[in-house]
Amino acid sequence: MIYPHFALELEELTVSFDGFKAVNGVTLYVAKDELRVIIGPNGAGKTTLLDLICGRTKPTDGKITFMDKVLTRLPEQEIVRAGVVRKFQTPSIYPKISVFENLELSHPKGRTAIGAIFFRRTPDVVERIHMVAEQIFLKDLLNKEAEQLSHGQKQWLEIGMLLMADPQLLLLDEPVAGMSVREREQTAELLRSICKGRSAVVIEHDMKFVRRIADKVTVMHQGKVLAEGHMDDIEKDPRVVEVYLGH
Amino acid sequence: MNSFYRSFLGGRSGTVGLVVLSLLLLVVLPLSIDAFRLNMMGKYLSLAFVAIALVMCWGYGGIMSLGQGLFWGLGGYCMAAFLKLEAAANIAKEAGTDQIQALTTVGIPDFMDWNQITELPWFWYPFKSFPLTLALMIVIPTVIAYIVGVAMFKRRVGGVYFAIITQALCWAMEILFVTRQGWTGGINGITDLRTLLGWDIRTPDAQMTIYFLTCIGIIGCILFGRWLLNTKFGRLLLAVRDMEDRVRFSGYDVANIKTMVFCIAAAMSSIGGAFFVLNVGFMSPKLVTIEPSIYMVIFCAVGGRMSLIGAVYGTLIVSFGRTFFSEEFPALWYFLMGSVFILVTMVFPEGLAGAVNRFGPPLWNKIARLWRKKPPAAPAEEVKP
Repeated sequence: MIYPHFALELEELTVSFDGFKAVNGVTLYVAKDELRVIIGPNGAGKTTLLDLICGRTKPTDGKITFMDKVLTRLPEQEIVRAGVVRKFQTPSIYPKISVFENLELSHPKGRTAIGAIFFRRTPDVVERIHMVAEQIFLKDLLNKEAEQLSHGQKQWLEIGMLLMADPQLLLLDEPVAGMSVREREQTAELLRSICKGRSAVVIEHDMKFVRRIADKVTVMHQGKVLAEGHMDDIEKDPRVVEVYLGH
Repeated sequence: MNSFYRSFLGGRSGTVGLVVLSLLLLVVLPLSIDAFRLNMMGKYLSLAFVAIALVMCWGYGGIMSLGQGLFWGLGGYCMAAFLKLEAAANIAKEAGTDQIQALTTVGIPDFMDWNQITELPWFWYPFKSFPLTLALMIVIPTVIAYIVGVAMFKRRVGGVYFAIITQALCWAMEILFVTRQGWTGGINGITDLRTLLGWDIRTPDAQMTIYFLTCIGIIGCILFGRWLLNTKFGRLLLAVRDMEDRVRFSGYDVANIKTMVFCIAAAMSSIGGAFFVLNVGFMSPKLVTIEPSIYMVIFCAVGGRMSLIGAVYGTLIVSFGRTFFSEEFPALWYFLMGSVFILVTMVFPEGLAGAVNRFGPPLWNKIARLWRKKPPAAPAEEVKP
């Protein structure tokens, strides 16, 4: 086989903050087109794990490979250019510019300083922005200043900004946090549609939501992988019930 | 044409603002104030280049530089070096007599002579050529800004730390220029500048022409700034200012973007310094140090750090205030300046431009409404008698 079986490979990944191992020897494989959900109690190291993959935190030990490319020591923007994008827990968008401009800045064209100066808003860029805006339910709000969107809409906008780059791996940190029930349903649908042909790693606490979207679930506890498998099996695992689901 | 209108002139309100400023600078002021005051305006305007640069660098990019005087000064020294060499050459020509020959070394600036330097240092040679001087005036500050930018921004030094470092650099440059007397004229700076390519810059006519050139330079910088801030780069600056991390995770190298705007601001400040020298006819290290650099930030804050035009008004108003108050109440001036800065940042974070944008349109509408009401009243009066 020419293509690797796994898209993302984490091997013995460890990060230590002054001796405290937030992530401790995690080995994890995510297949192509798989949507993996990571659950676990607070402080289990879930967000730190995403930070490691996207380059925000550098690991003390271990290796990160994506599509045969080693990401372990690359700077953030190189990791993005390799096709790995990250959504943060609190919506992080550009508040003072419009929804349209938010999406435009996330387009891969003109990513250097000089390229940005001479960037031209070509029809294909505009078309892509409209396409993404429609997907994330914001097509009527393109000219609105991003700051004025509701919390849920900001979450969607950030997902849209990730989509603009046509990534191969999405890292999503609690994408439905703070959303209404209706918005949650829309988002679940959105995630399932955008993850077609892509891999994704999602952190989530909402079990109902997890059941709707997950292919496989990884449970983390105290920086380590506690269990891994299908949701039905995970729910029956006594260790998982003990540390997480039971509470 | 349409895109020129939108991106350079900033649409309707931008055009109105620019036309008003141009009329004020090019018509109203030359007609209403005397030559001495006009020259003073030219001097102030040469500082407005820095205020405009700070709008891009600080207002948009979020990079607060407290040492912009460094770049302004480099531009000034480049221009002064050229003028000084020309003056020295002329003196040698005019009075090519034995008397002069005995007193000085021919063709080198007088201050070098006083410092027992008998030969022009190698780095002074490029300033014999005017085109080279103009090129160096842009290249030197840009290269320094690039080195500082790469060294700081790649290591993710930002905010207050960066501001302090720029201030330290500025001070270092002042010390360098003061102590290397033979090369730079020391504490006195470079004085007694006379002609530019044979054109006497000290006559009232020349001063007037230089004033107009300075105005054109300012307008050119505003147009350039409008264009730049209207590109994707301009929006990227806002993004870097508000959400630096997000920009990184959109695939940009934030350090490069910051370095770019810092370099552009440095080059623009430098042009201002050169205009200053043409306006006043000398250059001194006292003008380059920390205090003027802080003033430049205050100009920008008072005018409105998000407004290129506002920065020009801010510069003129604060500079006039400074001249007026420091003559009347020298002891109180610093306190007044400090309170103005605190007040503006607390009450009007967007400065004058913000105040105009907030109160301008309602006031304008009110006037327009009164205007529209008047015509029906006028014929009624005619009927009466």
